[in-house]
Amino acid sequence: MTDDTPRALSRRTFLKTGASGAAALALGTVLPLARTLPALAAANDTAVVALGTTINSLDLHRQGTNRPSYQVAVNAYDRLVSFGTKTMPDGSSSYDSSVIEPDIAESWSYSEDGLTITFILRDNAVFADGTPVTAADVKWSLDRAVTLGGFPTTQMGAGLMTSADQFEAVDDHTFVVKLPEFSKLTLPDLAVPVPFIINSKVALAHATPDDPWATEYLHRNTAGSGAFVVERWDPGQQLVYARNDKWTSGPLPGVARVIMREIPSPATRRALVERGDIDMAYEVPPKDALELRAKGDLEVITTPIENSLFVVCCNEIFEPFKDKRVRQAIAWAVPYEDIFKTAAYTQGVPMWGATAMTPADATWPQPFPYSTDLDKAKALLAEAGYADGFKVPFYISLDLVSWMEPAALLIQENLAKIGIEAPIEKIPGANWRTAALVEKRLELSLDDFAGWLNYPDYYFYWAYLETSLFNASNYKNPEIESLVAEALNMSVDDAEWAPRIKRLIEIAFDEVPRIPLWQPTLSSAMQPTLKGYEYWFHRQIDPRKLSKA
Amino acid sequence: MAKVKTKSSLVLGRVVQAIPTLIGVIVVAFLLTRALPGDPAVYFAGPAATAESIEQVRVALGLDKSMPEQFLIYCRDLMTGNLGESISTGQPVLSDVMSRLPASLELTLTALLLSIGVALPLGILAATQPGTWIDHLCRLIVTAGVSLPVFFTGLLLVYVLYYLLGIAPSPLGRLDFIYLSPPQVTGFYVFDALIAGDAETALAALRQLVLPAMTLGLFTLAPIARMTRAAMLQALGSEFIRTARAAGLGWTKVLFAYALRNALLPIVTTLGMVFSFMLGANVLVEKVFAWPGIGSYAVEALVVSDYAAVQGFVLTMAILFVTINLLIDLAYTAIDPRVGFDG
Repeated sequence: MTDDTPRALSRRTFLKTGASGAAALALGTVLPLARTLPALAAANDTAVVALGTTINSLDLHRQGTNRPSYQVAVNAYDRLVSFGTKTMPDGSSSYDSSVIEPDIAESWSYSEDGLTITFILRDNAVFADGTPVTAADVKWSLDRAVTLGGFPTTQMGAGLMTSADQFEAVDDHTFVVKLPEFSKLTLPDLAVPVPFIINSKVALAHATPDDPWATEYLHRNTAGSGAFVVERWDPGQQLVYARNDKWTSGPLPGVARVIMREIPSPATRRALVERGDIDMAYEVPPKDALELRAKGDLEVITTPIENSLFVVCCNEIFEPFKDKRVRQAIAWAVPYEDIFKTAAYTQGVPMWGATAMTPADATWPQPFPYSTDLDKAKALLAEAGYADGFKVPFYISLDLVSWMEPAALLIQENLAKIGIEAPIEKIPGANWRTAALVEKRLELSLDDFAGWLNYPDYYFYWAYLETSLFNASNYKNPEIESLVAEALNMSVDDAEWAPRIKRLIEIAFDEVPRIPLWQPTLSSAMQPTLKGYEYWFHRQIDPRKLSKA
Repeated sequence: MAKVKTKSSLVLGRVVQAIPTLIGVIVVAFLLTRALPGDPAVYFAGPAATAESIEQVRVALGLDKSMPEQFLIYCRDLMTGNLGESISTGQPVLSDVMSRLPASLELTLTALLLSIGVALPLGILAATQPGTWIDHLCRLIVTAGVSLPVFFTGLLLVYVLYYLLGIAPSPLGRLDFIYLSPPQVTGFYVFDALIAGDAETALAALRQLVLPAMTLGLFTLAPIARMTRAAMLQALGSEFIRTARAAGLGWTKVLFAYALRNALLPIVTTLGMVFSFMLGANVLVEKVFAWPGIGSYAVEALVVSDYAAVQGFVLTMAILFVTINLLIDLAYTAIDPRVGFDG
């Protein structure tokens, strides 16, 4: 060992600055440039994770911030409340949508009428620079979320928070949210990544008259109280988190540093994790998950994505699809088993084959009462007056070909057997959203909507209403409109809630504007020494509980 | 003296000639990006966007303005050296290009050096001994080089040299995560690390270069070797070679001083073409080796209709092409004194 060289010293110095340099970095000072970190993959306090996607901002509220960047809001910031965790049937860990836990707020209470929520903030909570987290910071951050527009504002709206007037910092530790009406979605909506709490003093010091919300500064810097601070961000290459030792919202992370490395090719990610050069490949394709699990050298954790379905959308702008019997015929024609094996590599939850046309409970998603039966499909088509079939273009997105293409080809094959000719058209990713969801002009297409908040009515709200963005089927049903409107803000404990959900599901079963194929999963492959992996609904890596044995 | 003068006027003349080209490129790139199907506002408004939030994004991106207005704003920004901001990476396009172009240049140049080192001798040998095993080997390598897709060779090399044998460094991009990138001077990690006096990082950067450069080199080897062989065959069959040999000049002298020098013109032309083509077209190699280069940047920007990034890429490449062509023309004059300066 030649460790006693000046170089080795500079490495150690770097390590030390890394651990405590978090705060220094948050204050905007530059890290001393040491050329190397200590011998790493072996180091027990550093986790290296390979991502397939690129992080394009440290600020979720900014226009154009992509989904993979949401992880920064999760890891470098806290929220008023958070979700609990639960153990899945396979022994892995997942967040628990049904439990709201304290985060920066130690407690909260509803007013009698349910229109005011009063949060009491913890008095030991501090930002990474050591200054206390106050109600004024919370107000500034939530004001920012509802003011800047775009996705964050839409998401806040789901919890009925639409205006800065609804938020009030009563004193340093008391924060109040006023609502136009009670909604069960408000509290969970405060636990999603969007309403993250920013150090308003730091942010305001970098605000300008043109940029009152400091979007430019927070785009490149974090100013939060979260479990990590962003130590280094090399756009297009990597993001390095360093543990924030002042974090108060939970037990300190078991790793001092997490390196998120962007590796676009899934084959390379797999080779890296198999060779043991990285600790985890996040979001591995279903095929790799299946094979790696069979090999047994790595821990592969697969979690069904909640409130999510891969579906076929029959668009009612196409004349034959106005008739529900035609949609049912398609639902009977889909080769579910084959698709599940070929497109999902069995990494999913089957969503076909239920026996009753009425749901037994309000579980969502649950299997639909269809399976592959071409005779039934033919009979329904004949009944609807399309015994000779018809021709309909079948659209898929080039961004999602990995599952859409095999699924579409198999469906196409079976549709041909009942006389429906469905030539497959591929649409580039950038046009897909416009064509499928905004203009809703695709006659037959596939969709992958997933709802963040885990309530059936939330799914229906986004995908079954006439004006819903994800209603690629142009489906309209007055009964669904009124059921969703009634159920959406109702508490799930309300006796009125479950019957409404069951009725919603019953209509979805019968009318099938969206034909579910399967419920997708999220898989990650990691070294057996890496512990504490947890699934979250936002599907971004949450390394706060990671540790290495 | 006169020669120097004519050379500098050649350079000046070429630079002046390039201006209309660049203006054309700016206009065409602007129009083409606008003609791209897809709506960036919808794309960047995110998954759960409402009509309202899409509109807010549209205004924020300046896409609510008329086309001529957008063009004027774009030109005005260009004048101040502002290439706009890429929405997909969240960075100014200029800084993206400044960090990604050197990455591509470093990889492409290394690959080119590697393939020249193999292709030139191979082509020369094949030409001097047509019909022998070396000629067949040359043909085999050339055919394999062009017919094997780069992602395949890349994955194959990763699989064999990294995954199975474990002798190649992990395909993690420009540097293993245990190293920090050296302070940017040239943008070439190997040189920058050496400038910073850090041989260890330089070596590490060099190691990361080996696999992708081999992959790319295998692909570029083909046209260079083929062109070398053809040009050398032609030169060796010329009358002046026969004369030179009849005059009793040594074989080495005939081969390198007369035949090769004459054959160099088409080879240099091929080199220029291969280089500029590779720079933007090695997307698949960049993907396989997680190389943060300009090619994958452009493709990703194109896929999401990220106007500023695409325009910045096209403009950069145009400037690069003009520069490379100029350099090649200058190389011509050095190689072949017959090449006129005004021609």
